[in-house]
Amino acid sequence: MALELQVEKKLREFTLDVSFSAAEEPLAILGPSGAGKTMLLRCIAGLERPDRGRIVLNGRGLYDSGRRADVPPSGRRIGLLFQQYALFPHRTVAENIAFGLAGHPAGGREARVAELVKRAHLEGLEARHPGELSGGEQQRTALARALAIEPEALLLDEPLSALDTHLRSQVEILLQETFAKYRRPAILVTHNMEEAYRLCSRLVVLSRGHVAAAGEKEAIFRHPPTLEVARLTGCKNFSRARVVADHIVEATDWGCRLRVEQPLARPPAYVGIRAHHIGFAEAPAPGSSAENTFPCRLLNSSETPFRMTLFLRLENGPGEPGAPHLQVEIFKEKWERLRASPQPWHVQLSPESLFLVAE
Amino acid sequence: MPMDWSPLWISLATSVCATAITLVAGLAAAAWRERRRGPAIAIVDGVLVLPLVLPPTVLGFLLLLLFGRNGPLGKLLLAFGATVVFSWPATVIAASVVAFPLMYITARAALEQVDPRFYEAARTLGAPEWRVLREVVFPLAWPGILAGTILSFARALGEFGATLMLAGDIPGKTETIPLAIYFAVEADEFRRAAAWCGVDIAISIVLLGGLYYWTHAQGPGRLRWARR
Repeated sequence: MALELQVEKKLREFTLDVSFSAAEEPLAILGPSGAGKTMLLRCIAGLERPDRGRIVLNGRGLYDSGRRADVPPSGRRIGLLFQQYALFPHRTVAENIAFGLAGHPAGGREARVAELVKRAHLEGLEARHPGELSGGEQQRTALARALAIEPEALLLDEPLSALDTHLRSQVEILLQETFAKYRRPAILVTHNMEEAYRLCSRLVVLSRGHVAAAGEKEAIFRHPPTLEVARLTGCKNFSRARVVADHIVEATDWGCRLRVEQPLARPPAYVGIRAHHIGFAEAPAPGSSAENTFPCRLLNSSETPFRMTLFLRLENGPGEPGAPHLQVEIFKEKWERLRASPQPWHVQLSPESLFLVAE
Repeated sequence: MPMDWSPLWISLATSVCATAITLVAGLAAAAWRERRRGPAIAIVDGVLVLPLVLPPTVLGFLLLLLFGRNGPLGKLLLAFGATVVFSWPATVIAASVVAFPLMYITARAALEQVDPRFYEAARTLGAPEWRVLREVVFPLAWPGILAGTILSFARALGEFGATLMLAGDIPGKTETIPLAIYFAVEADEFRRAAAWCGVDIAISIVLLGGLYYWTHAQGPGRLRWARR
């Protein structure tokens, strides 16, 4: 079971030029809005025609510009979940789910609908119209409808973005169950990196139509290959970097020298660290200095229910006095202890959390 | 003199047949038009809407050229031993041509209102195009299609000029209500003309009232989802 694709399509602001393959484990396409994610899904489903390329699903050529092959969407057997569900408003939940089962014998059809209703936890809602359902129920109906045709691949376009937090986790669980049971290529498009990380094992990072990174999610999050990917995967802190010695870089925007764990394969352009990887240390004894630990002052902070985001300025750092150097995320408990201690505080940028990226 | 009711039945039969024809033709043309773009389509569009702006006499004249003894369609039909001119089918043809643009324009507007994602979803679910139209697009567009149908019926019922030129005024055969009124006035039978006017106004009020009821004031029923 595999979906292989190589797609080129000129869009208004850039050219979508993407190639990757998806096997049985779910794959997330992560990218900011306007990166071409939805267009890519539409090309795979056959709703848009690429300018050039090849789409092959389980050995079946769906599109091939060289051989002028182009299977219409109705013949592709690809389940597509639309961002706004696109449930037929004039049909009930059961009728929506049964839409793709037109070829089945009547008796088998009813049993199949009942099974799908059960799996999507929609019991009791069969006779309702989509307008009478909550967002989560609509999304579950759309998923059941897409799965009814036993698609050979499943495409999900921002399946959670229109839901509020509570419904989101419900639908997320259903998606996890579906992926676990389904074992066919599944592609989830999202701009939310946490969603991508929780639901999928493999990741393709898309930026302005091209693949910025592809691979196992852990590897991409731990060592983003480029500055762009680091930003897209949510990293907030960067400084230009210059190699000083083996495992030592000079962070010119922060005005400090840092020891890094990561080997220096090629000259790095930037050193970065994630906001929640930054720690705080006790003030070192006068005259001595601790590794990768620097005095800093608090410029600003913002509060969420369980965490604090702190904007810090390194005491010896360069640049405008009011501009923060680092953004740090800490839990409230730690914040309570930290705020009680006198400034300057001491941030610790541990060598194993620092990563180096190319331009 | 006892009232001859034949114009009423001829008018109703003509309008029903003409509406059925325009419904099918108008929907097919609108569905075909929905999928196409470009300058050539604008010309096709113009030709299809032309009967709305041309004087009915011009249409009647063109239809005579088309269906007359020496016209292309007239000759073809003559080969099967049929003549259209001055027969009841001529009233249907004239009414259909005149009513067609109303159906076409309304149906096109109704189809354009349907969110493309609905038919895209239907396609990804394996539905062939005829099923997408029949089960998704038409049901979603049906308030507009219904409005077009009623407007077409009303227009067919009121058709005069083209009918007179193509079908003539043969009492009991091609004499519809509008023709009956005209010839009653010409023969100084004002009471008969007034009676037919009353019938025509009554039918129109019922039709337009029905249109309003179906599209706006209907209680919880088939339109329930459409109001959300």
